[in-house]
Amino acid sequence: MSIDTILVFAEGDESGPSGLTLELMTAARSLATNVEAFVAGDGASMADELGAHGASKVFSTGPLEGRLIGVHAAAALQAQIEANTPDAVFFGQTPDGRDTAARLAVRIDQPVVTNNVGASFEDGVLVVEEPVFGGTQNVFTAFRNDGPALALFRPKSFEAEPTGGGSAEVVGVEAVDPGVAGSAVVTGRHAEERSGPQLDDAAVVVSGGRGLGQPEAYAMIDELAGLLGAASGASRAIVDAGWVPYAKQVGQTGKVVKPNLYVACGISGATQHLVGMKGSKNIIAINKDPEAPIFGVADLGIVGDVHKVIPALIEALRSR
Amino acid sequence: MKVIVCVKQIPDPALPGELDPSTNYLKRDDKLILDESDSYGVEMALQLVEAAGGGDVSLVSMAPNGEVGGLRTALAMGAEDAVLVSDSALAGTDALGTAKVLSAAISRMSPDLILAGVESSDGYTGTVPEMIAGALNMPSITFAKQIRVEGSTVMVQRQTEAGYDDVECPTPALVSVTAGVVEPRYPSFKGIMAAKKKHVEELDLDALGIDSSAVGKDGARQETIRVTDAEARQAGEVVEDQGDAHEKIIEFLGELKVI
Repeated sequence: MSIDTILVFAEGDESGPSGLTLELMTAARSLATNVEAFVAGDGASMADELGAHGASKVFSTGPLEGRLIGVHAAAALQAQIEANTPDAVFFGQTPDGRDTAARLAVRIDQPVVTNNVGASFEDGVLVVEEPVFGGTQNVFTAFRNDGPALALFRPKSFEAEPTGGGSAEVVGVEAVDPGVAGSAVVTGRHAEERSGPQLDDAAVVVSGGRGLGQPEAYAMIDELAGLLGAASGASRAIVDAGWVPYAKQVGQTGKVVKPNLYVACGISGATQHLVGMKGSKNIIAINKDPEAPIFGVADLGIVGDVHKVIPALIEALRSR
Repeated sequence: MKVIVCVKQIPDPALPGELDPSTNYLKRDDKLILDESDSYGVEMALQLVEAAGGGDVSLVSMAPNGEVGGLRTALAMGAEDAVLVSDSALAGTDALGTAKVLSAAISRMSPDLILAGVESSDGYTGTVPEMIAGALNMPSITFAKQIRVEGSTVMVQRQTEAGYDDVECPTPALVSVTAGVVEPRYPSFKGIMAAKKKHVEELDLDALGIDSSAVGKDGARQETIRVTDAEARQAGEVVEDQGDAHEKIIEFLGELKVI
């Protein structure tokens, strides 16, 4: 016995669906006989890849440009759910995913379970798995509601795999006017400059934290990352302090990374951070506090001053 | 201008968390403190009211046992007063139930703006603010890193993966703020003393006209069926730097074929 239909809230841009969306498609496919996708925007540009990852249909609202989409997506999703009664709706743990799921939950009065990393089907209901306490324990939650199970999943919880199927049929859905609640408009977009490997898919990540002492010291993280062909990341503490942009944040609130090697420099290893990086294959930690929790997950731990160890390491790498 | 800040009182995150084995709820035996994530909302509200040239900041919170420790901290920062919804039936309430309760409390207060943290530091579902806006049928802007109010329009820099978007909507509206958006002030001694006398209105579910079946475990309509220990990562070698730690790292990088 399995679930009949799972609807995936698909996100992406002109270049196609996001990696997270394809991960959700793959997970949904392993649980349900039928997987459909819902795009709050133009679904046509995503139909090929969504189809190749198992979507039988792609429901599309058409462009919602200039609007903050959560409210609008939820209104259209509600109509979709009431017409087609999927057993579950999967969302990515993203800003728009959270906004949409939250608005939808209120509209259809159904619970949402967030931060999941796994899903299974047990005794006729969907069960989702959420890591707690920095990933030291996993909580398994069964949906007991009379309606679709709404679940949000963290990035990199599943491996995306194509089925080799063709493009999915795109089905236009009516936009639903949510009234005053939908009146937030986007008046400008600002992108920070990005260079080098991206955090999401870099094989090596070098991150800095509060132990760097001052914003200028982050330059050595960038330099070390450059020498290792790595992406540079950061703990929440120095993002909050404004040293580096949010796009670099690794952790609960930032990015989840699972590189071959993660180098944590001056990072103590707060729960918030561990959740985002403990899935790394190998971990090197440099920290002056021998009691720092980061050493509990490191394959190689160096108890020492980042201001001495990193420059020496950079020097040694340069002279090779 | 009237600004309401939703605040959560949580167990001290510096202490190790634990689930109660009989209920699988987070243990909340110790004193609850103001969630640091919410201190940014409180500070932002105080600054917006100052910039508007007047108004007040009220707090809304929910807790099963009448806890006020965290509220007193926010009152000491400068908030005017607080509403605490407290009822033993609230234990085990999920995000949607929390939003139903907080929105019912807020609907009695007619604010211009509602602020909340993007997510709490203990549950971090990150859905309650948007659900509150939904329940109040109000526009909302999440992930704010800067907020400005001009007349009856709120203008926000909303954090995105790539950078930020400029987003605006009419008030009344709800805005959720990211950590680090402002530097929360430390309560002064005077503030702490004044906070002791500030009014905290305590309401139960009856007072809000909420049926207890809509909250707690029944309202959550989900069940923790098991809790397992995650596969622990084995800690590896830990060495103290004697001036040659970089050689150790180079060796390890070589083993991993990173260099």
